[in-house]
Amino acid sequence: MNQAWISTLVFLVVSAVLAASVMIAARILGVASKRRTKLTLTTYECGEEPEGPAWLKFHPRYYVVALVFVLFDVEAVFLFTWALILPDLGMLAIVDMFLFIGILLLGWVFALSKGALRWQ
Amino acid sequence: MNPWLRGLIYAVVVINVFLTITAWSIWFERKFSGRMQSRLGPTFYGPMGLLQPVVDGIKLIQKEFLIPINADRLLFVIAPPLTVVLALGTAAVVPFGADIIAADLDIGVLYLLALGSLTIIPVWMSGWSSNNKYAMLGAMRAVAQGVSYEIPLVLASLVPVILAGSMSLSDIVRFQIKHGWFAFWPPGPGFFAFLFFLPASLAEANRIPFDIPEAESELIAGVSTEYTGMGFGLLYLAEYLHTLVISAVASVLFFGGWDGPFAPGLHWMVLKTLGLFAGIFWVRWSLVRFRSDQLMSICWRYLVPGGLILVMSAGLWVHFHRGSG
Repeated sequence: MNQAWISTLVFLVVSAVLAASVMIAARILGVASKRRTKLTLTTYECGEEPEGPAWLKFHPRYYVVALVFVLFDVEAVFLFTWALILPDLGMLAIVDMFLFIGILLLGWVFALSKGALRWQ
Repeated sequence: MNPWLRGLIYAVVVINVFLTITAWSIWFERKFSGRMQSRLGPTFYGPMGLLQPVVDGIKLIQKEFLIPINADRLLFVIAPPLTVVLALGTAAVVPFGADIIAADLDIGVLYLLALGSLTIIPVWMSGWSSNNKYAMLGAMRAVAQGVSYEIPLVLASLVPVILAGSMSLSDIVRFQIKHGWFAFWPPGPGFFAFLFFLPASLAEANRIPFDIPEAESELIAGVSTEYTGMGFGLLYLAEYLHTLVISAVASVLFFGGWDGPFAPGLHWMVLKTLGLFAGIFWVRWSLVRFRSDQLMSICWRYLVPGGLILVMSAGLWVHFHRGSG
Protein backbone atom coordinates (compact mmCIF):
# COMPACT_ATOMS: atom_id res chain seq x y z
CA MET A 1 0.00 0.00 0.00
CA ASN A 2 1.15 3.51 -0.77
CA GLN A 3 2.63 5.12 2.35
CA ALA A 4 0.62 8.33 1.98
CA TRP A 5 -2.58 6.33 2.31
CA ILE A 6 -1.49 5.05 5.72
CA SER A 7 -0.96 8.65 6.88
CA THR A 8 -4.36 9.60 5.50
CA LEU A 9 -5.98 6.74 7.36
CA VAL A 10 -4.27 7.73 10.63
CA PHE A 11 -5.37 11.33 10.05
CA LEU A 12 -8.99 10.26 9.58
CA VAL A 13 -8.87 8.02 12.66
CA VAL A 14 -7.47 10.84 14.81
CA SER A 15 -10.20 13.23 13.67
CA ALA A 16 -12.83 10.55 14.33
CA VAL A 17 -11.45 9.97 17.83
CA LEU A 18 -11.51 13.70 18.49
CA ALA A 19 -15.08 14.17 17.26
CA ALA A 20 -16.32 11.15 19.21
CA SER A 21 -14.55 12.22 22.39
CA VAL A 22 -16.18 15.65 22.20
CA MET A 23 -19.59 13.98 22.08
CA ILE A 24 -18.69 11.70 24.99
CA ALA A 25 -17.31 14.62 27.02
CA ALA A 26 -20.54 16.51 26.39
CA ARG A 27 -22.44 13.44 27.58
CA ILE A 28 -20.46 13.32 30.82
CA LEU A 29 -20.26 17.05 31.51
CA GLY A 30 -23.74 17.92 30.30
CA VAL A 31 -26.16 18.95 33.02
CA ALA A 32 -29.36 16.92 32.69
CA SER A 33 -32.65 18.67 33.34
CA LYS A 34 -34.24 17.64 36.67
CA ARG A 35 -37.81 17.65 35.50
CA ARG A 36 -39.07 16.40 32.19
CA THR A 37 -42.57 16.80 30.93
CA LYS A 38 -43.92 14.76 28.05
CA LEU A 39 -43.21 17.73 25.79
CA THR A 40 -39.48 17.91 26.55
CA LEU A 41 -38.57 15.33 23.94
CA THR A 42 -41.06 16.23 21.23
CA THR A 43 -39.85 17.86 18.04
CA TYR A 44 -40.23 21.58 17.50
CA GLU A 45 -43.18 22.70 15.46
CA CYS A 46 -43.67 26.39 16.28
CA GLY A 47 -44.92 25.56 19.77
CA GLU A 48 -47.74 23.27 18.65
CA GLU A 49 -47.71 19.57 19.37
CA PRO A 50 -46.11 17.87 16.35
CA GLU A 51 -48.61 16.50 13.87
CA GLY A 52 -47.59 13.10 12.44
CA PRO A 53 -44.13 12.05 11.32
CA ALA A 54 -41.96 14.29 9.17
CA TRP A 55 -40.97 11.49 6.81
CA LEU A 56 -43.28 12.57 4.04
CA LYS A 57 -43.48 12.45 0.25
CA PHE A 58 -41.46 15.07 -1.57
CA HIS A 59 -41.69 16.81 -4.90
CA PRO A 60 -40.18 14.71 -7.76
CA ARG A 61 -37.95 17.58 -8.90
CA TYR A 62 -35.44 16.51 -6.27
CA TYR A 63 -35.29 13.13 -7.94
CA VAL A 64 -34.72 14.67 -11.37
CA VAL A 65 -31.89 16.81 -10.06
CA ALA A 66 -30.25 13.76 -8.51
CA LEU A 67 -30.57 11.93 -11.83
CA VAL A 68 -28.95 14.74 -13.82
CA PHE A 69 -26.25 14.97 -11.14
CA VAL A 70 -25.29 11.31 -11.62
CA LEU A 71 -24.96 11.93 -15.36
CA PHE A 72 -22.56 14.84 -14.95
CA ASP A 73 -20.63 13.33 -12.05
CA VAL A 74 -19.79 10.18 -13.98
CA GLU A 75 -18.60 12.42 -16.78
CA ALA A 76 -16.35 14.25 -14.30
CA VAL A 77 -14.61 10.98 -13.40
CA PHE A 78 -13.76 10.45 -17.07
CA LEU A 79 -12.51 14.03 -17.28
CA PHE A 80 -10.00 13.46 -14.47
CA THR A 81 -8.28 10.60 -16.25
CA TRP A 82 -8.39 12.59 -19.46
CA ALA A 83 -6.75 15.59 -17.75
CA LEU A 84 -3.75 13.53 -16.66
CA ILE A 85 -2.90 11.95 -20.01
CA LEU A 86 -3.76 15.00 -22.12
CA PRO A 87 -0.15 16.05 -22.93
CA ASP A 88 0.72 12.55 -24.15
CA LEU A 89 -2.23 12.02 -26.48
CA GLY A 90 -2.29 15.42 -28.16
CA MET A 91 -4.98 16.46 -30.64
CA LEU A 92 -6.81 13.13 -30.58
CA ALA A 93 -7.64 13.50 -26.88
CA ILE A 94 -8.83 17.06 -27.40
CA VAL A 95 -11.17 16.14 -30.26
CA ASP A 96 -12.52 13.09 -28.41
CA MET A 97 -13.24 15.04 -25.27
CA PHE A 98 -14.87 17.88 -27.21
CA LEU A 99 -17.22 15.34 -28.77
CA PHE A 100 -17.92 13.81 -25.36
CA ILE A 101 -18.59 17.17 -23.70
CA GLY A 102 -20.61 18.24 -26.74
CA ILE A 103 -22.94 15.26 -26.36
CA LEU A 104 -23.33 16.07 -22.67
CA LEU A 105 -24.08 19.70 -23.46
CA LEU A 106 -26.79 18.46 -25.85
CA GLY A 107 -28.21 16.45 -22.95
CA TRP A 108 -28.04 19.55 -20.81
CA VAL A 109 -29.95 21.58 -23.42
CA PHE A 110 -32.56 18.79 -23.59
CA ALA A 111 -32.99 18.71 -19.80
CA LEU A 112 -33.25 22.48 -19.74
CA SER A 113 -35.84 22.66 -22.53
CA LYS A 114 -37.89 19.92 -20.85
CA GLY A 115 -37.94 22.06 -17.71
CA ALA A 116 -36.21 19.41 -15.61
CA LEU A 117 -33.99 22.03 -14.01
CA ARG A 118 -36.68 24.66 -13.47
CA TRP A 119 -37.71 25.18 -9.86
CA GLN A 120 -40.84 27.16 -9.30
CA MET B 1 9.47 9.15 8.21
CA ASN B 2 7.35 6.21 9.28
CA PRO B 3 3.93 6.82 7.65
CA TRP B 4 2.00 5.84 10.79
CA LEU B 5 4.01 8.28 12.91
CA ARG B 6 3.84 10.97 10.23
CA GLY B 7 0.07 10.66 10.02
CA LEU B 8 -0.28 10.81 13.79
CA ILE B 9 2.00 13.83 14.32
CA TYR B 10 0.51 15.81 11.45
CA ALA B 11 -3.02 14.89 12.45
CA VAL B 12 -2.54 16.11 16.02
CA VAL B 13 -0.79 19.32 14.97
CA VAL B 14 -3.02 20.19 11.99
CA ILE B 15 -6.23 19.37 13.82
CA ASN B 16 -5.22 21.46 16.83
CA VAL B 17 -4.24 24.41 14.69
CA PHE B 18 -7.41 24.18 12.63
CA LEU B 19 -9.63 23.95 15.67
CA THR B 20 -7.90 26.92 17.31
CA ILE B 21 -8.16 29.04 14.19
CA THR B 22 -11.80 28.03 13.81
CA ALA B 23 -12.66 28.89 17.41
CA TRP B 24 -11.16 32.34 17.13
CA SER B 25 -12.53 32.85 13.65
CA ILE B 26 -15.97 32.74 15.23
CA TRP B 27 -14.86 35.57 17.53
CA PHE B 28 -13.40 37.37 14.52
CA GLU B 29 -16.56 36.94 12.52
CA ARG B 30 -18.75 38.28 15.33
CA LYS B 31 -16.46 41.25 15.84
CA PHE B 32 -16.21 41.87 12.09
CA SER B 33 -19.94 41.60 11.47
CA GLY B 34 -20.54 43.80 14.50
CA ARG B 35 -18.33 46.50 13.06
CA MET B 36 -19.98 46.18 9.64
CA GLN B 37 -23.35 46.77 11.27
CA SER B 38 -22.14 49.58 13.60
CA ARG B 39 -22.23 47.32 16.65
CA LEU B 40 -19.43 46.33 18.99
CA GLY B 41 -19.62 42.54 18.80
CA PRO B 42 -18.49 40.50 21.84
CA THR B 43 -16.89 42.66 24.54
CA PHE B 44 -17.52 40.97 27.89
CA TYR B 45 -15.03 38.15 28.28
CA GLY B 46 -11.36 39.05 28.10
CA PRO B 47 -9.87 42.04 26.28
CA MET B 48 -12.04 42.87 23.24
CA GLY B 49 -14.10 39.76 24.00
CA LEU B 50 -11.20 37.48 23.06
CA LEU B 51 -12.23 34.79 25.52
CA GLN B 52 -15.67 34.48 23.92
CA PRO B 53 -14.90 31.18 22.08
CA VAL B 54 -13.76 29.58 25.36
CA VAL B 55 -16.92 30.66 27.11
CA ASP B 56 -19.04 29.43 24.20
CA GLY B 57 -17.31 26.06 24.31
CA ILE B 58 -17.89 25.64 28.04
CA LYS B 59 -21.51 26.64 27.61
CA LEU B 60 -22.13 24.21 24.75
CA ILE B 61 -20.47 21.27 26.49
CA GLN B 62 -22.56 21.78 29.63
CA LYS B 63 -25.86 21.79 27.82
CA GLU B 64 -27.98 18.69 27.78
CA PHE B 65 -27.96 16.70 24.56
CA LEU B 66 -31.62 15.93 23.95
CA ILE B 67 -32.69 13.25 21.50
CA PRO B 68 -36.28 13.75 20.31
CA ILE B 69 -38.54 10.84 21.11
CA ASN B 70 -39.44 10.13 17.46
CA ALA B 71 -35.91 10.52 16.16
CA ASP B 72 -33.76 7.84 14.61
CA ARG B 73 -31.41 7.71 17.59
CA LEU B 74 -28.31 6.20 15.99
CA LEU B 75 -28.24 8.52 12.97
CA PHE B 76 -29.14 11.50 15.15
CA VAL B 77 -26.13 10.93 17.42
CA ILE B 78 -23.48 10.09 14.82
CA ALA B 79 -24.34 12.81 12.30
CA PRO B 80 -22.64 15.81 14.04
CA PRO B 81 -19.30 14.08 14.76
CA LEU B 82 -19.31 12.68 11.22
CA THR B 83 -19.55 16.17 9.69
CA VAL B 84 -16.54 17.21 11.76
CA VAL B 85 -14.55 14.13 10.71
CA LEU B 86 -15.22 14.81 7.03
CA ALA B 87 -14.36 18.49 7.35
CA LEU B 88 -11.11 17.74 9.19
CA GLY B 89 -10.19 14.75 7.03
CA THR B 90 -9.84 16.93 3.94
CA ALA B 91 -6.99 18.79 5.65
CA ALA B 92 -4.84 15.65 5.38
CA VAL B 93 -3.81 16.30 1.78
CA VAL B 94 -3.39 20.09 1.95
CA PRO B 95 0.29 21.11 1.71
CA PHE B 96 1.27 23.92 4.07
CA GLY B 97 4.84 24.11 2.89
CA ALA B 98 7.35 22.42 0.60
CA ASP B 99 7.39 19.32 2.81
CA ILE B 100 4.74 20.17 5.39
CA ILE B 101 1.94 17.83 4.38
CA ALA B 102 0.33 14.98 6.24
CA ALA B 103 -0.17 12.74 3.23
CA ASP B 104 0.96 13.69 -0.25
CA LEU B 105 -1.58 11.55 -2.09
CA ASP B 106 -1.05 11.30 -5.83
CA ILE B 107 -4.81 11.73 -6.27
CA GLY B 108 -5.11 14.54 -3.71
CA VAL B 109 -7.68 16.58 -5.63
CA LEU B 110 -9.94 13.56 -6.08
CA TYR B 111 -9.66 12.73 -2.37
CA LEU B 112 -10.61 16.29 -1.47
CA LEU B 113 -13.63 16.28 -3.76
CA ALA B 114 -14.73 12.85 -2.59
CA LEU B 115 -14.59 13.75 1.09
CA GLY B 116 -16.12 17.15 0.38
CA SER B 117 -19.10 15.66 -1.41
CA LEU B 118 -19.56 13.06 1.34
CA THR B 119 -20.49 15.91 3.74
CA ILE B 120 -23.94 15.83 2.15
CA ILE B 121 -24.54 12.48 3.84
CA PRO B 122 -24.22 13.54 7.51
CA VAL B 123 -26.23 16.68 6.75
CA TRP B 124 -28.96 14.48 5.30
CA MET B 125 -28.63 12.08 8.24
CA SER B 126 -29.09 14.88 10.75
CA GLY B 127 -32.08 16.30 8.91
CA TRP B 128 -33.83 13.01 8.30
CA SER B 129 -33.19 11.48 11.71
CA SER B 130 -34.61 14.51 13.54
CA ASN B 131 -38.10 13.62 12.34
CA ASN B 132 -38.88 17.30 12.25
CA LYS B 133 -40.53 18.97 9.25
CA TYR B 134 -38.19 21.94 9.18
CA ALA B 135 -35.14 19.69 9.46
CA MET B 136 -36.54 17.47 6.69
CA LEU B 137 -37.11 20.42 4.35
CA GLY B 138 -33.64 21.71 5.14
CA ALA B 139 -32.09 18.31 4.49
CA MET B 140 -33.91 17.92 1.16
CA ARG B 141 -32.70 21.32 0.03
CA ALA B 142 -29.22 20.59 1.34
CA VAL B 143 -28.95 17.44 -0.74
CA ALA B 144 -30.34 19.10 -3.88
CA GLN B 145 -27.96 22.03 -3.45
CA GLY B 146 -25.01 19.83 -2.50
CA VAL B 147 -25.27 17.51 -5.50
CA SER B 148 -25.91 20.40 -7.89
CA TYR B 149 -22.93 22.48 -6.80
CA GLU B 150 -20.78 19.38 -6.80
CA ILE B 151 -20.62 19.59 -10.62
CA PRO B 152 -19.22 23.15 -10.94
CA LEU B 153 -16.89 22.39 -8.04
CA VAL B 154 -15.44 19.33 -9.77
CA LEU B 155 -15.17 21.17 -13.10
CA ALA B 156 -13.49 24.20 -11.49
CA SER B 157 -10.94 22.07 -9.64
CA LEU B 158 -10.29 20.15 -12.86
CA VAL B 159 -8.83 23.27 -14.43
CA PRO B 160 -5.69 23.36 -12.20
CA VAL B 161 -5.39 19.59 -12.64
CA ILE B 162 -5.41 19.96 -16.43
CA LEU B 163 -2.99 22.89 -16.36
CA ALA B 164 -0.53 21.19 -14.01
CA GLY B 165 -1.05 17.69 -15.37
CA SER B 166 -1.16 16.21 -11.88
CA MET B 167 -3.71 15.53 -9.15
CA SER B 168 -1.26 15.83 -6.28
CA LEU B 169 -1.72 19.16 -4.52
CA SER B 170 1.98 19.68 -3.90
CA ASP B 171 2.75 18.98 -7.57
CA ILE B 172 0.17 21.59 -8.51
CA VAL B 173 1.92 24.12 -6.25
CA ARG B 174 5.36 23.23 -7.65
CA PHE B 175 4.01 23.77 -11.16
CA GLN B 176 2.67 27.18 -10.14
CA ILE B 177 6.02 28.16 -8.58
CA LYS B 178 7.63 27.47 -11.95
CA HIS B 179 4.97 28.93 -14.26
CA GLY B 180 2.98 31.48 -12.25
CA TRP B 181 -0.15 31.26 -10.12
CA PHE B 182 -3.19 29.78 -11.83
CA ALA B 183 -5.40 32.66 -10.72
CA PHE B 184 -3.32 34.97 -12.93
CA TRP B 185 -1.22 33.10 -15.41
CA PRO B 186 -3.14 31.33 -18.12
CA PRO B 187 -5.19 34.51 -18.50
CA GLY B 188 -8.75 33.20 -18.50
CA PRO B 189 -9.31 29.59 -17.44
CA GLY B 190 -7.48 29.86 -14.10
CA PHE B 191 -9.11 33.04 -12.91
CA PHE B 192 -12.59 32.04 -14.00
CA ALA B 193 -12.09 28.62 -12.44
CA PHE B 194 -11.40 30.39 -9.14
CA LEU B 195 -14.56 32.46 -9.60
CA PHE B 196 -16.49 29.19 -10.09
CA PHE B 197 -14.70 27.32 -7.32
CA LEU B 198 -15.45 29.81 -4.56
CA PRO B 199 -19.27 29.93 -4.78
CA ALA B 200 -19.48 26.19 -5.50
CA SER B 201 -17.41 25.29 -2.46
CA LEU B 202 -19.29 27.78 -0.29
CA ALA B 203 -22.48 26.07 -1.39
CA GLU B 204 -21.00 22.73 -0.32
CA ALA B 205 -20.11 24.15 3.07
CA ASN B 206 -23.61 25.64 3.37
CA ARG B 207 -22.30 29.12 4.06
CA ILE B 208 -24.34 32.28 3.50
CA PRO B 209 -25.30 33.25 0.77
CA PHE B 210 -25.82 29.53 0.11
CA ASP B 211 -27.17 28.47 3.50
CA ILE B 212 -30.52 27.27 2.20
CA PRO B 213 -30.40 24.14 4.42
CA GLU B 214 -30.23 26.32 7.48
CA ALA B 215 -32.24 29.33 6.31
CA GLU B 216 -33.25 30.51 9.78
CA SER B 217 -35.83 32.97 8.56
CA GLU B 218 -37.75 30.24 6.71
CA LEU B 219 -36.82 26.94 8.34
CA ILE B 220 -36.13 27.88 12.00
CA ALA B 221 -32.64 26.35 11.88
CA GLY B 222 -33.03 23.79 9.09
CA VAL B 223 -31.16 20.57 9.72
CA SER B 224 -29.93 21.68 13.13
CA THR B 225 -33.39 22.54 14.50
CA GLU B 226 -33.53 19.60 16.90
CA TYR B 227 -29.89 19.68 17.98
CA THR B 228 -28.99 20.95 21.42
CA GLY B 229 -25.70 21.40 23.19
CA MET B 230 -22.65 19.84 21.61
CA GLY B 231 -24.61 18.31 18.71
CA PHE B 232 -25.39 21.81 17.53
CA GLY B 233 -21.89 22.92 18.45
CA LEU B 234 -20.28 20.28 16.24
CA LEU B 235 -22.55 21.02 13.27
CA TYR B 236 -21.67 24.68 13.61
CA LEU B 237 -17.97 23.89 14.05
CA ALA B 238 -17.97 21.69 10.96
CA GLU B 239 -19.32 24.56 8.87
CA TYR B 240 -16.46 26.82 9.91
CA LEU B 241 -13.88 24.06 9.56
CA HIS B 242 -15.15 23.36 6.08
CA THR B 243 -14.83 27.04 5.19
CA LEU B 244 -11.27 27.10 6.52
CA VAL B 245 -10.33 24.01 4.52
CA ILE B 246 -11.88 25.58 1.41
CA SER B 247 -9.73 28.68 1.86
CA ALA B 248 -6.64 26.51 2.22
CA VAL B 249 -7.51 24.44 -0.85
CA ALA B 250 -8.35 27.53 -2.92
CA SER B 251 -5.01 29.12 -2.04
CA VAL B 252 -3.23 25.89 -3.02
CA LEU B 253 -5.10 25.40 -6.29
CA PHE B 254 -5.21 29.00 -7.50
CA PHE B 255 -2.81 31.18 -5.48
CA GLY B 256 0.39 29.18 -5.50
CA GLY B 257 0.14 27.66 -2.01
CA TRP B 258 3.39 28.23 -0.16
CA ASP B 259 4.92 30.27 -2.99
CA GLY B 260 6.01 33.81 -2.07
CA PRO B 261 9.07 36.01 -1.65
CA PHE B 262 11.05 36.90 1.53
CA ALA B 263 9.26 34.84 4.14
CA PRO B 264 9.24 31.03 4.58
CA GLY B 265 6.57 29.14 2.66
CA LEU B 266 4.46 28.27 5.67
CA HIS B 267 3.92 31.98 6.42
CA TRP B 268 2.67 32.64 2.91
CA MET B 269 0.36 29.67 3.02
CA VAL B 270 -1.14 30.81 6.34
CA LEU B 271 -1.41 34.39 5.09
CA LYS B 272 -3.23 33.39 1.89
CA THR B 273 -5.53 30.99 3.70
CA LEU B 274 -6.52 33.50 6.36
CA GLY B 275 -6.89 36.22 3.74
CA LEU B 276 -9.36 34.13 1.75
CA PHE B 277 -11.07 33.09 4.97
CA ALA B 278 -11.61 36.73 5.94
CA GLY B 279 -12.78 37.41 2.38
CA ILE B 280 -15.43 34.71 2.75
CA PHE B 281 -16.66 36.39 5.95
CA TRP B 282 -16.83 39.67 4.09
CA VAL B 283 -18.94 38.06 1.36
CA ARG B 284 -21.13 36.44 3.99
CA TRP B 285 -21.99 39.70 5.71
CA SER B 286 -22.42 41.64 2.47
CA LEU B 287 -24.83 39.41 0.58
CA VAL B 288 -28.28 38.13 1.38
CA ARG B 289 -29.39 34.53 1.05
CA PHE B 290 -30.50 33.32 -2.37
CA ARG B 291 -33.88 31.76 -2.83
CA SER B 292 -33.92 28.00 -3.33
CA ASP B 293 -34.95 28.12 -6.99
CA GLN B 294 -32.53 30.96 -7.78
CA LEU B 295 -29.77 28.87 -6.29
CA MET B 296 -30.56 25.89 -8.48
CA SER B 297 -30.92 27.94 -11.65
CA ILE B 298 -27.60 29.75 -11.07
CA CYS B 299 -25.94 26.38 -10.81
CA TRP B 300 -27.57 24.51 -13.68
CA ARG B 301 -28.02 27.38 -16.15
CA TYR B 302 -24.71 29.18 -15.77
CA LEU B 303 -22.13 27.36 -13.66
CA VAL B 304 -22.42 23.88 -15.22
CA PRO B 305 -22.11 24.87 -18.91
CA GLY B 306 -19.58 27.56 -17.95
CA GLY B 307 -17.52 24.95 -16.13
CA LEU B 308 -17.55 22.66 -19.16
CA ILE B 309 -16.37 25.52 -21.37
CA LEU B 310 -13.61 26.29 -18.85
CA VAL B 311 -12.43 22.68 -18.91
CA MET B 312 -12.33 22.69 -22.71
CA SER B 313 -10.43 25.99 -22.85
CA ALA B 314 -7.92 24.72 -20.29
CA GLY B 315 -7.44 21.61 -22.41
CA LEU B 316 -6.81 23.74 -25.49
CA TRP B 317 -4.35 25.93 -23.57
CA VAL B 318 -2.36 22.91 -22.43
CA HIS B 319 -2.36 21.44 -25.91
CA PHE B 320 -1.17 24.53 -27.72
CA HIS B 321 1.17 25.98 -25.10
CA ARG B 322 2.69 23.06 -23.31
CA GLY B 323 2.26 20.24 -25.81
CA SER B 324 4.30 22.16 -28.38
CA GLY B 325 6.96 23.44 -26.01
